[in-house]
Amino acid sequence: MKSISRRESWAGVSFASPWLLGFFIFLGYPLVASMYFSLCDYSVLKPPVFVGLDNYKQLLSDDLFKTALWNTLVYAFFALPAGMMTAVILAMLLNTKVKGMAAYRTFFFIPSLVPQVSLAILWKWVLDPEHGVLNPILAKLHIPGPNWLGEPHWAKVSLVIMGMWGVGNAMLIYLAGLQDVPTQLIEASELDGANSWQKTRHVTIPMISPVILFNLIMGIIGTLQVFTVPYIMFPGGAPAHSTYFYTEYLYDNAFRYHKMGYASAMGWIMFLMILGLTVFSLKMSEKHVHYQG
Amino acid sequence: MDRNAFTIPLLAIAVLGVYFESEQLTKPAPPDGKVHVAYWEKWTAFEFDAMKKVVDEFNKSQNKIQVDILSISNIEDKTLMAISGRIPPDVVGLYGENVTQYADSHAVITLDELCKEAGIKKEDYIPAYWNVGVVRNKLYALPSTPATTALHYNRGLFKEVGLDPDKPPKTFHELDDMAEKLTKREPNGHVIRTGFMPGEPGWWNWAWGPFFGGKLWDGKSKITFNCPENVEAYTWVQHFSVNWGASALQSFQAGFANTFSSSNNPFMTGQTAMEIQGVWMYNFIQKFNPQLDWAAAPFPAAKPNLPDPTVIDLDVLCIPTGAKHPKEAFEFLKFVETQKGLEMLCLGQKKITPLRKVSPGFIEHHPNPFIKLFIKAAYSPTTCAAPKIGIWSQYKDEITNAFSEITLMTKTPKQALDDVNNRMQPMLDQYLARLRARGEE
Repeated sequence: MKSISRRESWAGVSFASPWLLGFFIFLGYPLVASMYFSLCDYSVLKPPVFVGLDNYKQLLSDDLFKTALWNTLVYAFFALPAGMMTAVILAMLLNTKVKGMAAYRTFFFIPSLVPQVSLAILWKWVLDPEHGVLNPILAKLHIPGPNWLGEPHWAKVSLVIMGMWGVGNAMLIYLAGLQDVPTQLIEASELDGANSWQKTRHVTIPMISPVILFNLIMGIIGTLQVFTVPYIMFPGGAPAHSTYFYTEYLYDNAFRYHKMGYASAMGWIMFLMILGLTVFSLKMSEKHVHYQG
Repeated sequence: MDRNAFTIPLLAIAVLGVYFESEQLTKPAPPDGKVHVAYWEKWTAFEFDAMKKVVDEFNKSQNKIQVDILSISNIEDKTLMAISGRIPPDVVGLYGENVTQYADSHAVITLDELCKEAGIKKEDYIPAYWNVGVVRNKLYALPSTPATTALHYNRGLFKEVGLDPDKPPKTFHELDDMAEKLTKREPNGHVIRTGFMPGEPGWWNWAWGPFFGGKLWDGKSKITFNCPENVEAYTWVQHFSVNWGASALQSFQAGFANTFSSSNNPFMTGQTAMEIQGVWMYNFIQKFNPQLDWAAAPFPAAKPNLPDPTVIDLDVLCIPTGAKHPKEAFEFLKFVETQKGLEMLCLGQKKITPLRKVSPGFIEHHPNPFIKLFIKAAYSPTTCAAPKIGIWSQYKDEITNAFSEITLMTKTPKQALDDVNNRMQPMLDQYLARLRARGEE
């Protein structure tokens, strides 16, 4: 019996070995190495020189680091709830029984398949203050269109709006969650005289709360690591570093300024930040998330 | 019969078919007995074609070396990663401003000895271009195609507003006056045409200080971005925002971001009447608006003692550290650096040559009608090139941001320049200290 279980264990490990090898070579090693490099002066081309906590100390007094961190937190603060609410509302609308629902679902999901680079270029043409399509529409409604791309505060707003464009994946997960809500609970609340809002507030939302938690954590990770769209739309964080995000500064340090040690330190701070926020979300969820069964 | 019985065999055949086809397509060419030199270049389109002709000519000239040229985007970043991964190309075409950073990182090899053996001498080159490849008295790069800048102006718009198209501005004072006359605004302040904008095309936002006699660093250990001449220069830059409205200018300029190589280029569309541009501009005018009535002239002088200011711009060829075939790579460089090779390349790209001597007919056959002006500019007393400082890419980014703050009027020029200085000085100190610690300063 013992030998069989050992043989089975080996077989299990052998079958998992491609993944395990990949994990240790492409994730485990870089993770440990980056921890070491974060304590070094390392330009990639020359051997790393140990400098202790210098990189971390320098980050604390780096104004651009603070600007990038602030921009990222502000973006996440607005983009995360905006994206989550859009996804939940869309999922609820797409969960109703209307003719042609499959087509609607496809229609709302498709934007999330658009590659980020194409998305950035597409939105640039939508938001362009001179030749874009949005400002003329606003003008017809007698709303003066702002300089979406050129004014520091509007540039961030543009990115939050664009973030809502790609909620398709989250929407799909919410939709699956909504379809899992037991109909008997809805019917029971109806018998108790609950109206639509009360059914949503007291039945649907608690029942999909694990899905909301999952999307919240994925959203925290995603918004704090925002990179591609601002990198293409607003080179160098223009205007005036208002769209310069954490990951852009990390990328620039690593690959343009050849400060891999400094970038590694930034990576670890980001990791700890996301870890902290995830643990905080899980702790908070104990009171608000309801698991079936 | 079960229909599914055919599905798996058919799928298997399809997979095998794709496998064998891909094997055929990716099969390496049979060995030809030649040493293959991998050459990465940043150019695309006609600029790439011009170099491809030189490569073909070299490949035809002998039977021992085959140069394989490949166009690579973001070459300065990708090459560095390839070098650190120990799979570099044998030759790389970089931008001149990358040389110091590459040299300080030991990413490229020194060429002094190889040049000495091959008889490539600095005396044969225009000094401003040869110097780009020299870092701490060692040569790391050889010139490929050089450029200078000049004022490009729309003669048609000059005529439209009653200016003499044969009398472009000679001083910044005249430039400002003409720019004001050429600028068109709607009653609500919306800008629809500018006479001149210092931020267009925005590639040399760092050069305005040197045009006013300022310096970006002292050449040793001090960042001097907030020197009085530079403050004066960026005060001049900001006066356009003061006169025409920061928001109106931003909005106007946002409309033609990333349109340089297109028919929406504001100079081609007549949205901007005058701009600082390089010798290459002729190619793009020919391509996108050959009917444009334009001319080039020396850029106006900010001060009488600083005539004909120009930016020295240069593309270079280097041999990366760890290249598999450095000797063969240098054979190719030697071929390119001959008068014939450089003229073939520079004429193909319609630029000037980095050599002092030009063949009879080079100027006469050159399609750019203002080529003499650009050649003369290379000898101007007011040339400025990217400083030879290993932290230049970061410094330049900081200047770009300061420029944005100045034009948006979120900071005064003095504040913005002080901020850059205060930020970059500790970085330079640290950079030099680390070089010293390695005994490399």
